[in-house]
Amino acid sequence: MATSTNAQDKTENAPAEALDRGEAADVGGGSDEYEQYEAVVVGCGPGGAAAAATLARNGVETLVLERGTDAGSKNVSGGLIYAEESAPYTIDDLFPDFRKEAAERPITEYYLHNVAGNKVKTFDITELHEHDTEWSDAVLRRKMDSWLAERVHEMTRETGGGLLTEVRVNGLLRENGEIVGVTCDELDPIRADLIVGADGVNSELARDAGLMDWENPEDWFQGVKAVVDLPDVDERFGLESNEGAAHLFSGDLFDDVRGGGFLYTNEESLSIGTVFHLDSLAAERAEPHELLDALLTHPFLGEWLDGEYHEREYSAKLVPDSKKVALREPHQGRLALVGDAGGQMQAQGPIIKGMNHAVTAGALAAEAFVEARSRGDASLAGERYAKRLRDEGVMKKLRPRRYDAASALGERGPVSNLTDKLVNSRVGRTGISALSRANGLERLYSSPFLSMMVPDTATPYVTLPTAIAEELGEPVEGTNDVAPPPLAERIGDLTYDTDIGNPHIELLDESAEASGIAVTACPVSARDFGGGCYREEVVKTNGGEERLVSLDTQPCVECGTCAVVADTRWEHPRGGKGVEFREG
Amino acid sequence: MSMPGERGGSKEESMYTVTLTKGVPDFSEGVVSFDDDGHLERGKTPTVMNPNDGFALRAALQTKVRHGGTTALMSMGPPGYGDILREGMESVYADELFLLSDREMAAADTWATAITLATGINRIAETREQPDLLFAGFKTADGETGHTGPQTCWCLDWPILTHVIALDIDEKERTVRAKRLVEGDIEEIETVEAPMPAMIVTDPEFEPTYRKAAHRLTYKDLREETKERAEAHEDHLTTWDHEDLNLDPDFIGLDGSPTIVSGVDPIPKAPSEREATMVQPDDSEAMEGVLDELLSHAGARAAAGGD
Repeated sequence: MATSTNAQDKTENAPAEALDRGEAADVGGGSDEYEQYEAVVVGCGPGGAAAAATLARNGVETLVLERGTDAGSKNVSGGLIYAEESAPYTIDDLFPDFRKEAAERPITEYYLHNVAGNKVKTFDITELHEHDTEWSDAVLRRKMDSWLAERVHEMTRETGGGLLTEVRVNGLLRENGEIVGVTCDELDPIRADLIVGADGVNSELARDAGLMDWENPEDWFQGVKAVVDLPDVDERFGLESNEGAAHLFSGDLFDDVRGGGFLYTNEESLSIGTVFHLDSLAAERAEPHELLDALLTHPFLGEWLDGEYHEREYSAKLVPDSKKVALREPHQGRLALVGDAGGQMQAQGPIIKGMNHAVTAGALAAEAFVEARSRGDASLAGERYAKRLRDEGVMKKLRPRRYDAASALGERGPVSNLTDKLVNSRVGRTGISALSRANGLERLYSSPFLSMMVPDTATPYVTLPTAIAEELGEPVEGTNDVAPPPLAERIGDLTYDTDIGNPHIELLDESAEASGIAVTACPVSARDFGGGCYREEVVKTNGGEERLVSLDTQPCVECGTCAVVADTRWEHPRGGKGVEFREG
Repeated sequence: MSMPGERGGSKEESMYTVTLTKGVPDFSEGVVSFDDDGHLERGKTPTVMNPNDGFALRAALQTKVRHGGTTALMSMGPPGYGDILREGMESVYADELFLLSDREMAAADTWATAITLATGINRIAETREQPDLLFAGFKTADGETGHTGPQTCWCLDWPILTHVIALDIDEKERTVRAKRLVEGDIEEIETVEAPMPAMIVTDPEFEPTYRKAAHRLTYKDLREETKERAEAHEDHLTTWDHEDLNLDPDFIGLDGSPTIVSGVDPIPKAPSEREATMVQPDDSEAMEGVLDELLSHAGARAAAGGD
């Protein structure tokens, strides 16, 4: 529901704003020609890095613009990156020392826990995890992306380009209606033959091009994560130093909110988080940080978290649901969108894959440009890129046709209610037990074919896991005495460089009807909490009362949730400003 | 602004700039040391680069980033000033350092200093390259006169632009264009132009601007390159004494100074308007006294409000 500012307006108003910010305007008299690079890559996450590295390898003069104070300082992910056997490019193809230098632990075992109260039934889904997997590592994005960025700078510098941090690209430069470059907060407009939009889930380039919007909560997941200190991961999880574990949680521990929890082992910390369908989060008026706490304090985690609990970082992120929003033609003119910016985030049943697709897409977009240019028409790069995504099978993974068919039936109310009733009926319950005896349930969950067509209803997330746990689960012994920090403390521990006087989000409609959901859905806001972004207040007017929402962007973690659930004008803070993630 | 100046002619080489800098006592809170009479204790107070020189250095750096060429730093002072020059090398990625150092130069006033510095600049022109721009901060933290820069420029007979807040150079036309504060007032800004070589005195409002990606990339390169260079800064340091500069000792240092500092009177601290009694928190008797004192005020307030 958010709109972005017209880039043209911003460019015209820039000098006055620059003076306001204490930046003396230039003397002028310099050349009026815009800078020109063969390629500009916006964003240095895995998608941007892959594109830049591939362009540089092919001798394309490439400029990389990253808005964070360091690459990775704006990035959050659950924490697993995959290298798929079927993928034409993996991150270690492009950056050979990646696993040694930038990753945490390889994930060698994978479990799904069905939870009902304190009963838990665990399935080993390592087989599903290993399907088409060359390797999969837990990562923390600050470490990972900043390492990638150093390599990218070295490689692109040799082509005459390079990587700059603290530069926010705010839109597309157009001439006669054609996209010819980018506009930035910190730099004069830049022309380029190829613009790779790798600027993440809230991509300003995708929105400027009209290719993505923030309209439907159904199109998004929202994840929140705590990175928890744990120096003795090996002992607690029974792992060798070159092993790692992943655990997923679903069932009734999040009430009726559709989604689940995860726990991944890093070298000396854990990434523990929850991911929910944004529409469900909004409909249930659920508080994301409380759902995370429900996981952190569940007795099942007590054994792992026993002792002093120290949270290194609380973070949040919006995740596109590629099944619904991955662009089949992620390009327009000279612009090619890769990764989250193009909706390329695959939720494959319980397993989520995003970074690997961003890497593949980045490399393919770069290759498409190089091929198109060598054939004398660089303007064909976008179409070639989309074709490569199809030919290499990436688009099939992102937007499986089976899901289109299943969701057509499965997400309609009557059918969904019917499946829920079936699972909860005696017949259904008997079936669960019978399937389990034949090891069929675990096999069913481990089927990559089935997991790609699971409809987005409460059935797979809540009803079925709860039923499984109730029928088959064992009660958890032991307790969990973790007391997660309150939201105020979590916000207080984050690092911000606030752009005072320049809020990056404007609340367009402050009525509770239009924007009230942000109070609960925003991961750094809560009901009856005065220290968050969104607060609800009752204002007495002539004889009546009005419920209004107010906004303070200082605690913002730039996830984009409010852009979808509230009526805002949303953009990122200018380069280097806003939240700075240290773990990511 | 148009002042008569020496035309450099059609100079083919790239830009060469010299920035004047000075080591001064670190007057920052908690670092500076005064004796009981309020006189600066020079031995106990560390020497740092004059804070105002930072703006001049940033102007020099902007020139190097945008136009390439060579950035030199020059200072007159004891051999220990090498550290100040190293600091400058680290912060503005300077290429060459010049230290004018000699007992004969000691205790110079602004006049004698200016003669020495101008001779140093001319020596650079003879032995290296004709400098295009000379940068200086607008005053030092110890002398506070703001005279040395302009006097040096007078010796060189170059045009001078003062209170500069933004800068642009036209290499082809051999001109420098600047925005400056008229009378040092932020409310009034004028744009002036001068032929090079010229001197630029930066105002504390000076802000370098890098609106081109290419400039920021160059900046990043310089930062990388300079790490090693600053470590071996002595390899890039040239020290000249009065003989190297062919200066008559009678015209420099104390002997060449027409002015002397007859004395320094510390400005007395403003007396505290209220008397204070120090109370230690663990001194329970004294703390009782504090409470009694507070209560007597509270009582008076309560009585006044209570009726």
